[in-house]
Amino acid sequence: MNTATLKSETSLPADWRDLLALTKPRVMTLVVFTGLCGLLAAPAPIHPVLAFTAVLCIALGAGAAAALNMWYEADLDALMKRTAARPLPAGRMDRQSALHFGIGLGVFSVLLMGVATNWLAAAVLAFSILFYVLVYTVWLKRRTAQNIVVGGAAGAFPPVIGWAAVTGDVTLLPLLLFTLIFLWTPPHFWALSLFVRSDYAAAGVPMLPVVSGAKVTRQQIALYTLPMAAAAVAPWPLGLAGAVYGIAAAALSALFILLSLQVLANPATEPSGMKPEKRLFAYSILYLFAVFGALVLDRWLLA
Amino acid sequence: MTPLDQDEVRRRQRSRAAVMAVLLGIFVVLMFAITIAKMTINR
Repeated sequence: MNTATLKSETSLPADWRDLLALTKPRVMTLVVFTGLCGLLAAPAPIHPVLAFTAVLCIALGAGAAAALNMWYEADLDALMKRTAARPLPAGRMDRQSALHFGIGLGVFSVLLMGVATNWLAAAVLAFSILFYVLVYTVWLKRRTAQNIVVGGAAGAFPPVIGWAAVTGDVTLLPLLLFTLIFLWTPPHFWALSLFVRSDYAAAGVPMLPVVSGAKVTRQQIALYTLPMAAAAVAPWPLGLAGAVYGIAAAALSALFILLSLQVLANPATEPSGMKPEKRLFAYSILYLFAVFGALVLDRWLLA
Repeated sequence: MTPLDQDEVRRRQRSRAAVMAVLLGIFVVLMFAITIAKMTINR
């Protein structure tokens, strides 16, 4: 890892706000929401205190993975405008503190999950943290343009963890929710990487727009959107969710496809001309919130 | 280390200790609540 690009590390103890920033709280909101929805969609009751603890553990696990990601990628973050102000590249804390914080938080979240709910949920949580750190961050991110395709699995685990925390098993519906997030991740990240392409190129990260260009990336976005929509709607015909969810998922997915077609039709190569990409990126976040929200609404309305 | 740096170290240590105290307090309450919840379920 190249540390020459990092600002000289501080000898001061890290400020608690910087430790909090290591957990990427904004990214965590979607993780927490999908985990909560997986928990609420499960066909069994759970004590509110245990439900709260399970969601807390998912949040802490995501925070731990983010902290370890920032620890490993401090040199990359220093090269990108979007990430240069993070605590490590800005030199506001030393790397070892970030490593210790990430490992400590990760171990704590897994143990607490095991004690409060069950060890299957804890095992899946541990696997998701390790997958994000070792498979995505350490192995794939700097090596292949498919980094986000495989690495996207790490972000797809929360609904499975939420479900497992309640039922103690993993059935078809949480696996479909996993598939939905897994297939949603490439269009979501590729839309972003199209308009921050120069950042990734400067840091030497082989994101798809850097390696294969904007045209191929736009085609891939449109291609991934189709199986993603199928995975989103699938619980309805399979009898795992009702019409409320099915109609909402179909309508939201149709709009996602429409926006991805606008991206496909956009010839722009400069970020200033990438309104469709920015629109798709913003909508993709709303989409996941809305689809999972619709699932919970559907399950609770039917109940 | 200058006196200014020392003041900053003390300030950061104090604020981290305060946050840690609050988190430990929350953890104790949470463990108590988890124990009660599990006893309620088992009953």
